[in-house]
Amino acid sequence: MTTTPDRVYLDHAATTTMWPEAVEVMHDELLRTGNPSSLHASGRRARRVVEESRELIAERLGARPSEVVFCSGGTEANNLAIKGLYWARQSADPRRDRVVFSSVEHHALLDPVTWLAAHEQARIDVTPVDRQGRIRLDALRESIESNPGDVTAITTMWANNEMGTIQPVREVVEIARAHGIPVHSDAVQAAGHLPLQFDQSGLDAMTVTAHKFGGPVGIGALVLRRGLDATPLLHGGGQERDLRSGTVGAAMIAGFAKALDLTVEHQEASGARIEALRARLVEGITRSVPDAVVNGDPAAGPQHRLPNIAHVTFPGCEGDALLMLLDAQGVEVSTGSACQAGVPQPSHVLLAMGFDDAAARGSLRFSLGHTSTDADVDRLLEVLPAVHERARAAGLVRSRS
Amino acid sequence: MRLIAAMSGGVDSAVAAARAVDAGHDVTGVHLALSRNPRSYRSGARGCCSIEDAGDARRAADAIGIPFFVWDMSDEFADEVVEDFIAEYTAGRTPNPCLRCNEKIKFAAVLERAVALGFDGVITGHYARLVENDGVVEMHRAVDHGKDQSYVLGVLTQDQLRRSVFPLGDDPKSLVREEAARRGLQVANKPDSHDICFIADGDNAGWLADKLGSQPGPIVDESGAEVGSHDGTYAFTIGQRRGLRLGVPADDGKPRFVLDIEPVSRTVTVGPREHLAITEIEGIKPLWCGEPPAGDVDCSVQLRAHGDEHRARLTVDGDTVRVELHDPATGIAPGQACVIYDGTRVVGSATIARTSRSLTV
Repeated sequence: MTTTPDRVYLDHAATTTMWPEAVEVMHDELLRTGNPSSLHASGRRARRVVEESRELIAERLGARPSEVVFCSGGTEANNLAIKGLYWARQSADPRRDRVVFSSVEHHALLDPVTWLAAHEQARIDVTPVDRQGRIRLDALRESIESNPGDVTAITTMWANNEMGTIQPVREVVEIARAHGIPVHSDAVQAAGHLPLQFDQSGLDAMTVTAHKFGGPVGIGALVLRRGLDATPLLHGGGQERDLRSGTVGAAMIAGFAKALDLTVEHQEASGARIEALRARLVEGITRSVPDAVVNGDPAAGPQHRLPNIAHVTFPGCEGDALLMLLDAQGVEVSTGSACQAGVPQPSHVLLAMGFDDAAARGSLRFSLGHTSTDADVDRLLEVLPAVHERARAAGLVRSRS
Repeated sequence: MRLIAAMSGGVDSAVAAARAVDAGHDVTGVHLALSRNPRSYRSGARGCCSIEDAGDARRAADAIGIPFFVWDMSDEFADEVVEDFIAEYTAGRTPNPCLRCNEKIKFAAVLERAVALGFDGVITGHYARLVENDGVVEMHRAVDHGKDQSYVLGVLTQDQLRRSVFPLGDDPKSLVREEAARRGLQVANKPDSHDICFIADGDNAGWLADKLGSQPGPIVDESGAEVGSHDGTYAFTIGQRRGLRLGVPADDGKPRFVLDIEPVSRTVTVGPREHLAITEIEGIKPLWCGEPPAGDVDCSVQLRAHGDEHRARLTVDGDTVRVELHDPATGIAPGQACVIYDGTRVVGSATIARTSRSLTV
């Protein structure tokens, strides 16, 4: 099953197809009335859906139910973690004003951090990465140990959204733990494809969002260790441990729980199947475009790279030309670049990894998901040679002018 | 045909794209990101490359049901249009960046890219008519003379015209707006843009002052007597009356106008309106829509956007054209385009290099 008939969807890292079972539980729940905060029977019934979902999600993520704080998704969870920890830790000790993060974070993390710098006098400290996009632990250690007392939090994504590179989360936690510094991880991309165990990770906070693994868009969670204070962004009715006010959406949360449950249940088999599809995709691309460069960590596995992402540079081509031509052939991919007003900017992530502007602009991200098939890969490989030839010709025109 | 529709986010380009789809073409909408800083929001009719315009163009493409992409042409635009604009003002001339953009960006860089990507040509919402006559594509003024934009397209060559589609040239603007509303396009009532798109607030002199800094110089009358001073010749154009802030009144008490700008000595010369009248124009860098005219021909010329048409005698001499006006014209600035017409047909254009003041007036 592809997402839309006749379309080959290879952009599952942007959002993926919902599990029909998740749609079903949402549909049923949407037809029922009840605010989980109400005290009557309808309220209690909705509350039960929320709490049972919370327990299931917690179990699947290796966390306690009380550690799961529902919110609108990855962006909000990251904002709550970064700003919330900053404010709480600074009010506990005014000397703390430094946020340590990596140079390859998603805008949903990068922007709250830079906002703190611009508006709250935070000092920000960027940890460099290697060519695969993996944090340089030596640099991180040096940065922390220069003055561990002034750090509000360290944050590192679990897996990178453009290349799928997996970060050494355990090692980061070890560096932080010696100084009692909380560590947050944006696990939005990892959640669908890696077994995540919050308790075993040693993390203090972790971001997940449902739509990356077949749940609905608009619901996510910050998993926040018990006993760790964060200042809320939204004030109101005091829902979600008083960390995130606002009526709790039972249907959304039920869909989230169902999708996560199914994802984790199928993860092992699905991961192997997707990795095999990716291998075929990468092999086919490099066969038809010999100078294409597959970026990131070539090795698969939970210490290396997500199974579902292939990031490829096509020398002499522009990513957005390739994207447009593939789209016209019914194949949907991403340039992985941040679009502001639709204007493609070279990705700050790729630039941080040492890519030059041309390579950063000339890359595509192919991302597979639980509904991807051999036929999807076949179709891409069928149309790619002609598309590539056109994009190369257009690239020559561009570089001449 | 497979066509790119250049969609600015305005009503004209949206209707143009929709009509091309109706005509059976395979159309892809493209919004050109020209500004390096697209974070400006539109207010009224100013500016044309804001985030909001990109969004309007996208919504129009959705409504029409065509694919839509944003092409980043900001580097080309900065090099070819903005730099040229600054250089021309620095040289004491008055450029028209819209013509320049059509010549170098919309019907050049964009068209070239489109062709390389497998498209046959570009659709725009310009008001002009293309007519194929004996294997040659002729460009004519739009039926709605009030909206006619053939002047800013006078820089297009036959190769460019062959790959251009202007679906709006046969209709008045009011009808195009009605059609947009009928088609359910949200931009139906959006104001037209009039100003230079990269100068969002419409303050050209202020924008140039930011780029070029203060370059003070004298304002003199025709005898050479200093009558005032200025902060930069770039704030002036031939025929300008406002903003001179002259300390010394004219002998006759009548208003004075900018007659000449001399950038090296930074001298702005002012004088009475009568002395603005010119009858001879020397044009350079001619561009012809088809075969260049041979020898001397009778024609008419338009000397600025939305300007009047003047009857004239044209002599082409290689890369130089000489235009003798039958009647004097006023406020004609070097740097502007002289677009040459034969009836409603655009023959070509040249950049005004020099004008001669009529001695008989």
